[in-house]
Amino acid sequence: MKRIVLGLLAATALAFPALAADVKPAIIYDLGGKFDKSFNEAAFNGAEKFKTESGIAYRDFEIQNDAQREQALRKFAEDGNNPIVMAGFSWAAVLEKVSADFPDTSFAIIDMVVDKPNVRSVVYKEQEGSYVVGVMAAIASKSKKVGFVGGMDIPLIRKFGCGYVGGAKAAGATEVIENMTGDTPAAWNDPTKGGEIAKAQISQGADVVYAAAGGTGVGVLQAAADSGKLGIGVDSNQNGLQPGKILTSMVKRVDVAVYNAFTDAKNDKFTAGINDLGLKEGGVDYAMDDNNKDLVTEEIKAAAEKAKADIIAGTVKVHDYMSDNACPY
Amino acid sequence: MDVLVQLIDATIRVSVPLLLACLAGLYSERAGIFDIGLEGKMLAGAFAGASAAAVTGSAWVGLGAAILTAVCFALVHGFASITHRGNQIVSGVAINFIAAGSTIILGQAWFKQGGRTPSLSGGGRFEAITLPGAEAVKDVPILGTIYSDILSGHSLLVYVAFLMVPFTWWVLFRTRFGLRLRAVGENPAAVDTAGISVAWLRYRAVICTGILTGIAGAYLSVAQNAGFVKDMTAGKGFIALAALIFAKWKPVPAMFACLLFGFLEAASIRFQGMAWPMIGKVPVQLMQALPYILTVILLAGFIGKAIPPRAGGVPYVKER
Repeated sequence: MKRIVLGLLAATALAFPALAADVKPAIIYDLGGKFDKSFNEAAFNGAEKFKTESGIAYRDFEIQNDAQREQALRKFAEDGNNPIVMAGFSWAAVLEKVSADFPDTSFAIIDMVVDKPNVRSVVYKEQEGSYVVGVMAAIASKSKKVGFVGGMDIPLIRKFGCGYVGGAKAAGATEVIENMTGDTPAAWNDPTKGGEIAKAQISQGADVVYAAAGGTGVGVLQAAADSGKLGIGVDSNQNGLQPGKILTSMVKRVDVAVYNAFTDAKNDKFTAGINDLGLKEGGVDYAMDDNNKDLVTEEIKAAAEKAKADIIAGTVKVHDYMSDNACPY
Repeated sequence: MDVLVQLIDATIRVSVPLLLACLAGLYSERAGIFDIGLEGKMLAGAFAGASAAAVTGSAWVGLGAAILTAVCFALVHGFASITHRGNQIVSGVAINFIAAGSTIILGQAWFKQGGRTPSLSGGGRFEAITLPGAEAVKDVPILGTIYSDILSGHSLLVYVAFLMVPFTWWVLFRTRFGLRLRAVGENPAAVDTAGISVAWLRYRAVICTGILTGIAGAYLSVAQNAGFVKDMTAGKGFIALAALIFAKWKPVPAMFACLLFGFLEAASIRFQGMAWPMIGKVPVQLMQALPYILTVILLAGFIGKAIPPRAGGVPYVKER
């Protein structure tokens, strides 16, 4: 009871527009930071879209280190924010605890499953999107060697890599060079090292490099462009980072997940449970725009569309690394 | 053979910021001012360089701004530890914190990209330069490969960094300024007795440190990468300090120490996930830990006793 009173007090004190008094959306980003041009930025874009369309302001926070997670989440919940969206798998442990203490608050977590009655878990079939860009990479590659630069070495990133290898090999690549940037969250933000890894892969013959590494990817794409090779972006549409030098981006519609969580809460339709979004649901896709339309030939496009259709139809099953922690390709 | 060439090429690129920071620390520590703030000065320099280059579109303006900013930070360190005889370690740590925080805040305020500066391109960066005749001698065995694949094709600042090694040696061991600089780090009282200002000498030393860390920062953000991102120095300033101790505060060994650290990092990147004969696949984690493990081993056992300049870390108080 006390909590509800406090929540109401907080809501009135903040003097929100009357319409918005019942929904106070909030989002907390992961360590890569709001403007990582990748995962977190996609989440930010979704929140911004909600703000422009509904006119309801939202609160957001960028944590600076792991120790802030619980504090930040608890504070947001205590302030009566509802729903609260967390971008990133690292939130799972904290959310597990905090969600039980705030049963009336709706939470949404992206990239991880937290099985609680008030939590919506949004996960993606990254392997499917990665498979499609793998197909495109293999066809665009002249040397038939392609590279993959992961961020932190975790099963989720291996999942990207595994799908990519599967697609590339299926489309005729002879070798896929897979590297990880590091074992700590710092690996999400080390473009210098990312660039060096990309250069090492290019010197081994790779001519298309796929970066699934958050902020580190900026360095990977830069190094690929500097060497006159192609990069592939991830999460957000990164084609514009190096116009004409990025083959495509494996977009993960984190923005849609955030937008939906906010909108559902506003319309009182928020549901808990697992949302597993793949190619079929439009959760993952490859990006086409003016920056890469000259790079993607008819042949590449046809192959990508075919792979996509096959996966949606179920004739091609892309292995999920996280199901058995192994990659068969 | 190819692998070796690529590895050495990568080693050179990776060790440049270490080398510049290490030489920077050398000037300061030889003059008796411990400088744990190399990291912060590099970071501030990297940010200033990338910002100025992004606004003006000129890498040279970026380099100038980087040097200027790093010198300002160095002077703050000097002001605290020379003029006010403060604790040099505390001052250095403070500089690291200020640099880490202010670069992100200013970057966000100016460019609205979360502490990142806009991507640089064209004249905003120091592009790789091809040394004269590199194409012509490419096919000469060994020597040609070394010249065209390893020596050629780096950005200007790489050559600057390696030229700083003999230059620093010459300054320290062949000039009057160098003699006095070393003396002030060993026995400032003697220098003072000779009628030379200890404070002014030490100030000049920290200015040298500022200039070099500025170049190191500019290399990171304007040459090696194309823009600033938060915490992009990633501990290089501290590795440079380790290299400095490892090299016993001498310029040429400093170069080799930095090349060794650079080589280990390059190797950990290059051999990640590669299967070795006999051993099989080495875990990524081991490869990545290798530079640090070797650092500990080398520092603990192989270099003998490293004796720092005797007056290092001690503020000079004139007898009254």
